[in-house]
Amino acid sequence: MVDIPYEGIEGIPPAEVPDVELYHPRSWWTRYVFSQDAKVIAIQYSLTATAIGLVALVLSWLMRLQLGFPGTFSFIDANQYLQFITMHGMIMVIYLLTALFLGGFGNYLIPLMVGARDMVFPYVNMLSYWVYLLAVLVLASTFFVPGGPTGAGWTLYPPQAILSGTPGQDWGIILMMSSLILFIIGFTMGGLNYVVTVLQARTRGMTLMRLPLTVWGIFTATVMALLAFPALFVASVMLLLDRLLGTSFFMPSLVEMGQLSKHGGGSPLLFQHLFWFFGHPEVYIVALPAFGIVSDLISTHARKNIFGYRMMVWAIVAIGALSFIVWAHHMYVSGMFPQFGYFFATTTLIIAIPTAIKVYNWVLTLWRGDIHLRVPMLFALGFIITFVNGGLTGLFLGNVVVDVPLSDTMFVVAHFHMVMGVAPIMVVLGAIYHWYPKVTGRMLNDALGKFHFWVTFLGAYLIFFPMHYLGLLGVPRRYFELGDTSFIPSSAHSLNAFISVVALTVGFSQMVFLFNLAWSLFKGEASGGNPWRATTLEWQTPETPPGHGNWGKELPVVYRWAYDYSVPGAAEDFIPQNQPPRATQLVQGAAS
Amino acid sequence: MSAIILFLAVLAVIAGWWLSHQRLTAKPWLEEGAVGDFPGGDAMTWPAAKVGLGVFLAVASALFVLFISAYSMRMSVVDWRPLPIPRLLWVNTGVLVLSSVALQWAYVAARRQDTESVMIGLLAGGASAVIFLAGQLLAWQRLGAAGYFVASNPANSFFYLLTAVHGLHLTGGLVALGRTSAKMWRGAKIAEMRLSVELCAIYWHFLLLVWLVLLGLLTGWTDDFVDICRRLLS
Repeated sequence: MVDIPYEGIEGIPPAEVPDVELYHPRSWWTRYVFSQDAKVIAIQYSLTATAIGLVALVLSWLMRLQLGFPGTFSFIDANQYLQFITMHGMIMVIYLLTALFLGGFGNYLIPLMVGARDMVFPYVNMLSYWVYLLAVLVLASTFFVPGGPTGAGWTLYPPQAILSGTPGQDWGIILMMSSLILFIIGFTMGGLNYVVTVLQARTRGMTLMRLPLTVWGIFTATVMALLAFPALFVASVMLLLDRLLGTSFFMPSLVEMGQLSKHGGGSPLLFQHLFWFFGHPEVYIVALPAFGIVSDLISTHARKNIFGYRMMVWAIVAIGALSFIVWAHHMYVSGMFPQFGYFFATTTLIIAIPTAIKVYNWVLTLWRGDIHLRVPMLFALGFIITFVNGGLTGLFLGNVVVDVPLSDTMFVVAHFHMVMGVAPIMVVLGAIYHWYPKVTGRMLNDALGKFHFWVTFLGAYLIFFPMHYLGLLGVPRRYFELGDTSFIPSSAHSLNAFISVVALTVGFSQMVFLFNLAWSLFKGEASGGNPWRATTLEWQTPETPPGHGNWGKELPVVYRWAYDYSVPGAAEDFIPQNQPPRATQLVQGAAS
Repeated sequence: MSAIILFLAVLAVIAGWWLSHQRLTAKPWLEEGAVGDFPGGDAMTWPAAKVGLGVFLAVASALFVLFISAYSMRMSVVDWRPLPIPRLLWVNTGVLVLSSVALQWAYVAARRQDTESVMIGLLAGGASAVIFLAGQLLAWQRLGAAGYFVASNPANSFFYLLTAVHGLHLTGGLVALGRTSAKMWRGAKIAEMRLSVELCAIYWHFLLLVWLVLLGLLTGWTDDFVDICRRLLS
């Protein structure tokens, strides 16, 4: 790497955007706790999300214990089971995945990858984390209030969400809505930062088409989230008013516990429209950062430029736009006007086209690459396979006639977990193995990492593949126990027990990963600044872990795209983005 | 949901126009070279705070448009009984217009480097915004006194909800305006404050626009307008 002084090169205009005035921490508190440094905020976001995610993991064990061995565990009753379902879903989708991808990876990677010193509004960014933490605490507090957390299912459909008889009707639902409202306020603060940083704080030479796909993915997902979360906000506020003030936005007139309720005329379907107007983009809010990150992992570990970069960018933008007009495919069985269903089935199937383009491009990037099967690469490959599997069952469910019989079965659970549970988690884990050396300066243990991968990957398939079969048999989802149901053979019960055993095993194997994270922090092999020999800017920082302000005295200048791997004639098999053309030629000359 | 789809379509056109200036058809693998070699696609030259406000306004608009979508869907149910709009709202609207005008005047004064006029403009804008909020609360009180409670009809619920959300946004704006005025009061240089004053003015115009749209909706003018459009189309 050659250091280029700012004024040393002709034809480069002076930086047009003045550097952000850096915030300087004065005490331990403002350095590590109330920090305005995006890297610290990223770690705070990630740790908080992981902590609440572990709670959701334990909830899934409890559900599996009940499903696998019904009647054995007296401490789980039907109400609790519904509460576990609700909290598991809500935590995993919103408080873990969204927060981790955007708040965690977004905060850490955006400023480093675009060559900025920090986010553009560091104070707002800090506030974003603390509001998020408050949202998580409010959510977690529902476990301890009278009546416990809400058991309305993660979709929180009215009228049942706020009627007596649904567990958590007292406090659970109120706190859940409040927590969601807080989360959205906190996210909006963070999201403004991510978008404006990408727009405004790119270093010189970093054109949009030189951005790594990770940034493209996170950027587009953030734009989508900023526009989709208001729908959840509106739905939450109105449902909260229905519950607290007795308004009738969503609540129809009905008989509750033998008495005519005070509500009347409200439209439950309106809630579903609002919820899924957020809910479907949410799938891609999680998937697009995963797409971006996985592109970078594959390119780096196959030592090959990403195939079809332009097409990848266009596909990301196209998926982002299309995902706003498919929401009602979650509502085929909700009593919508039937012909709407066919419109939404069509848009749903159209979205498969840009998605398939991305999958082909990943496979073509691997084609004849110099593939290093290191742990991040294993997880990236695991993601592609899982995403294809989950995506194909999505084509089933996207069709009205197939969805109607399958909608309330385990098939949906299997599809959803493959495409939105396992697949993004594969990317999260791969990304942690990939960027951990940059965050800590140490490598994660390789043997433990490979063990972790194989148990997680094979385990996930042992859990969710049989679940498709259960769904085709007609085993319903959301049920506390199946009882003696004639159309469900006894083999289905054995299969459920088998799934539960595997699920517990896979769950516990994550402890190996947590141990690896903690152990490597102190005992891991020192990584150096660029252990994967990668091209993107975050690996070119003067210090590892990057210091305050990321870049030392001068911002990097970018001369090339993010994927110059194995360039013919170059001395090394990678050329960092900030290496000037002249220097490459000099090295080439020396080599020949 | 047609309102929000229409709104998103407008945003998509704006985003598409911007993206079309970003050379998305470039072949970056061939474009190795110094910064000036390949024009276009660099970071924007606007101040970050202005872009940030623009993005925030898009998010806030999405929020209001979603409320409007919900309003129009809920309205078609038979139990909807429109409530009489208190006359006071017209006074409030006038006050909000004055507030917006005062801030625009402050911005123009800031461009002329006229510190005193900026202070007067900011204070007048802030004061009339506070009067507007007080007027809204008074309108709530009058409706309550006349028996139009929040839960007695969905039309009432939406009236209270929409005015509350708008009022909260204005309150947030008052915080920013207060900080700007405080800085001016302590003698910050006018050149440094110009951007803040401009952003306040933009935000106020935005909230005035939102209020006019909401007022149209609450008084039922929007329905007549949509009806006329439908008839013209058919």
